[in-house]
Amino acid sequence: MPSHYLDHAATTPVRPEATAAWLAAPGGNASSVHATGRRARRVLEEAREEVADRLSVTASDVVFTSGGTMADNLAVRGIHAARTVADPTRDTIVVSAVEHHAVLDAAAAVPGARVHTLPVDEQGRVNTEHLADVLAAEAGRVSLVSVMSANNEVGTAQPIAEISAVCRSVGVPLHIDAVQSVGWWGAPPAEGVAFSVSGHKFGAPAGIGALVLPAGVPCQPLIVGGGQERKVHSGTLNVAGAAAMAAALAAALDSNLASGEPGTPLPQLRAELEAGVVAAAPEARIVGGGDRLPGVVSAVFDGCEADALLMLLDAAGIECSTGSACTAGIPEPSHVLAAMGADPATARSALRFSLGWTSTRADVEALVDALPEAVARARRASARQSGRRTSRRLSGTAV
Amino acid sequence: MRVVAAMSGGVDSAVAAARAVAAGHDVTGVHFALSADPAARREGARGCCTLSDARDARRAADVIGIPFYVWDLAERFAEDVIDDFLSEYAAGRTPNPCVRCNERIKFAAVLDRALDLGFDAVCTGHYARLDQRHGIPRLRRAVDAGKDQSYVLAVLDADQLTHTLLPLGDSTKADVRQEAAARGLAVARKPDSHDICFIPDGDTRAWLAQRLGATNGPIVDADTDEVLGEHQGSYGFTIGQRRGLKLTRPASDGRPRYVVGVEPGSNTVFVGGVHRLAADRIRTAEPLWLDPQGAAALEEPQDLWAQIRAHGEPMRVSEVEAGESGLLIRLAEPARAVAAGQTVVLYRGDQVVASATISHSGSMDLPVSGVAPGVPAPPR
Repeated sequence: MPSHYLDHAATTPVRPEATAAWLAAPGGNASSVHATGRRARRVLEEAREEVADRLSVTASDVVFTSGGTMADNLAVRGIHAARTVADPTRDTIVVSAVEHHAVLDAAAAVPGARVHTLPVDEQGRVNTEHLADVLAAEAGRVSLVSVMSANNEVGTAQPIAEISAVCRSVGVPLHIDAVQSVGWWGAPPAEGVAFSVSGHKFGAPAGIGALVLPAGVPCQPLIVGGGQERKVHSGTLNVAGAAAMAAALAAALDSNLASGEPGTPLPQLRAELEAGVVAAAPEARIVGGGDRLPGVVSAVFDGCEADALLMLLDAAGIECSTGSACTAGIPEPSHVLAAMGADPATARSALRFSLGWTSTRADVEALVDALPEAVARARRASARQSGRRTSRRLSGTAV
Repeated sequence: MRVVAAMSGGVDSAVAAARAVAAGHDVTGVHFALSADPAARREGARGCCTLSDARDARRAADVIGIPFYVWDLAERFAEDVIDDFLSEYAAGRTPNPCVRCNERIKFAAVLDRALDLGFDAVCTGHYARLDQRHGIPRLRRAVDAGKDQSYVLAVLDADQLTHTLLPLGDSTKADVRQEAAARGLAVARKPDSHDICFIPDGDTRAWLAQRLGATNGPIVDADTDEVLGEHQGSYGFTIGQRRGLKLTRPASDGRPRYVVGVEPGSNTVFVGGVHRLAADRIRTAEPLWLDPQGAAALEEPQDLWAQIRAHGEPMRVSEVEAGESGLLIRLAEPARAVAAGQTVVLYRGDQVVASATISHSGSMDLPVSGVAPGVPAPPR
C-alpha cells in the first residue's frame, strides 16, 4: 500500500541538494589547525555564510546547534541567565501560551524565574497591546520575551514585526522560535532579534540547527567545553550537517513555496486539502487563521479521539499527526488548542495535516477518500466512551 | 480477521502476536498506557505500565513487523481497577486487581474500542485454551498447568470470549520462550513478575495506609472476644494472614493465630486458630455462566472443581446449590482462608463452567458468615 505523507511539519524528506552537500563534505575537525582541519573549517564557514545570506543576518551571528530544541534552550535559558547576572531584578521570562515545549519547558526549568504567559486569541495570535501593557508595567523585571514566528500545530503566524517593535521600545531582547517558518519565509520580519532554526524542517537531515544570535544580545552558554561556537556553545562542529542545512535552506527558499505537484503552489494544495476535508467530514472544523504557514492544516473532528483517527488513517496509508507532544506515544490534549479556548475534549480531537515540498494532489485525494470511514469508526468508539462517562456521572448522583 | 494484539512488553504477548500473524490475521499491536505517569510505575512489574515495558512492546512489534500504537487507558484503569481495589479493601474484602483489569480493561474497554474501530478480535498472551463448540466458547485450562491463567479469564462472558484469541494455551512457557528467541524477540529472557503494577515498591499495606489513612483499632480473639493487641487499619489484613499481627501474648494453646475476620465498620481484626480458617461452604454473588446450560449441569457434581486464587489449587466440589442471589458451593474438603471479594471459578474437569465473587464462607462447625461476625453481605 502506498503511503501518503502528510506530516511535513514533523519532518520533511531530505532534499537532494542537502544529500549532495552532506556527501561532499570533507572529514576532519573544523577546529584543527592543520590542512584537513582547514578544509573542514572552510566548508563550515561557507555554510555559515550561506545560511546568514539567506536569512539576511551577519555570518558571525549564526551559532550552529544540534537542532531547534537546542537553539530554543540556549536562547531562553542563556539570555535569561546573562540578563539576570547583569541585573538580578530581571527575573521574568515572557512567553506566549502556544510556544513549543522546547521554549515553555526551557522557561519553566530556569530556577527562580517567573514565567509570564501571554494569552492568545481563538486563532492563536498574541495580542500585541497586551504585551505592550505587560512590558510597560514591568519591563524592568523582564529578561526576555520569546514568541514563535508561526505555530507548529495550527500554523498561525504571530505579528512578529509589531511584537519586535514593542520589545525594542523598552529595550527587552526578543527571541523568536522560527523553526516552522524559516524554510518558507526566511528570517522573521524583525531586526536585531535572536531566532531558532532547525534544518530537518526544510530538508536537511535531523541533528543540525542554529541560533541566530546578534552580537548585541547577551547570552551565557548552556553547554560548556571547547567553546567552538563563539564560546556560547560547545561541541565538535557538525560540518556535513551545516553544509546540508545551508544547501537545504537555499533550495527551500528558492523553491518559492512549490509543492511536489507541478504548477500547484503549496497554499493552493492546502486550500484543496481543507476543502476536501470539510467535504469528506462535514463536521470537521479548520482551526487557526489569519497569516498561516503554507502547508499546515489543523482540523478538529468533534466526537472523535484524535489518536483513534490517527491509527485508522495510518492503516489506510495516510500519515499525519496530532501535532502535540507525546509521552510514551500517548497523545496529550493539545496545550495550543486549549490556549485558543478549546475544551479538553476538543483539544483531544484535532489532527494536523502538513504538506511539504514532495506533496502531491494524490496525497490530498487519498486523505479525502479515507476520511469518511475513519471518522465514522472513531466516532463510534468515542461515543461509547462518553456514554459511559455520562452514565457513571448519573449513577454517581443517584447514590 | 483484523486483530488487536495486546502487547504488554512481555514475552507471552509478543509470541501471541507473532502467532496471530503466522495464522494469517491482519494484526495491529497495541500497548496500554495505564498510568498518566509511566515513570512512576514499578519497573518489571507485571504487565503494563512502565516506560521500558512500552519500549519492549514496541520493539517486539517492530521485529514481528506489525504496526504499533499506545492506547491511553489511564483514566479507565484508575476508575475501574485502582479505585475498585481501594474501595474493596476499605470494605474488608480482598480483591484481585489483575482479575478486575482483565474483566474491565483488557476485555471490556479494549475490546469495545477495538470492535468500534473495525477490528474483529483481541489477542492476548494468556495461558488458557479457547475454542468454540456449537457456537458456545469453551474456555479450558492451559496445557502448561503451572502457567494456567484460565482463572483470571473466567470473568469474561461468552460474547467477549467470542472475540478473543489465546494462541498460547497449547504451549508450555518453555516452548514460548524458545519460540521468542527463535523469532528474534529480545524479550525472551525477561523475567515473569507477579507484583501489583500500580504499587511501585510492592508494599501493599503502606500504599493502602497512605490512601485510606491509618486508624488504630483492636485485634480481637474470635473465640473469647478478648482484645489481644492493636493494628493501624483493618484494611491491611486479609483472612488467613499470619504475619504482621505483632501479638505480644501467645495463644492459650500455644498455636499460631491467623486473621479469621475483618470488620471495617468497627475497624476490628479478629484472630483465631487455624481451625477457624477452614471453610467448606462458599456463598457467592450472582455467577457468570460461561455455558448457558451450565446451571443445569451442576446437578451432577462429578468432576466439579472450585478454585479461589489465581495460583491456587483446584478443590473438589461435592455440591452446588444455585439460589436466587448466587451459589452455595460445598467443598469436599475444607479450604483455608477463603476471603470475601475473591473470585471463585468452577471447573468441570479442565473446562470453566462459571465464575462468581465470594460473599461469605464458613464451615460445618461455624455459621456461614460474612467477612466478619455481624457484617452484612457486600452488595455486588
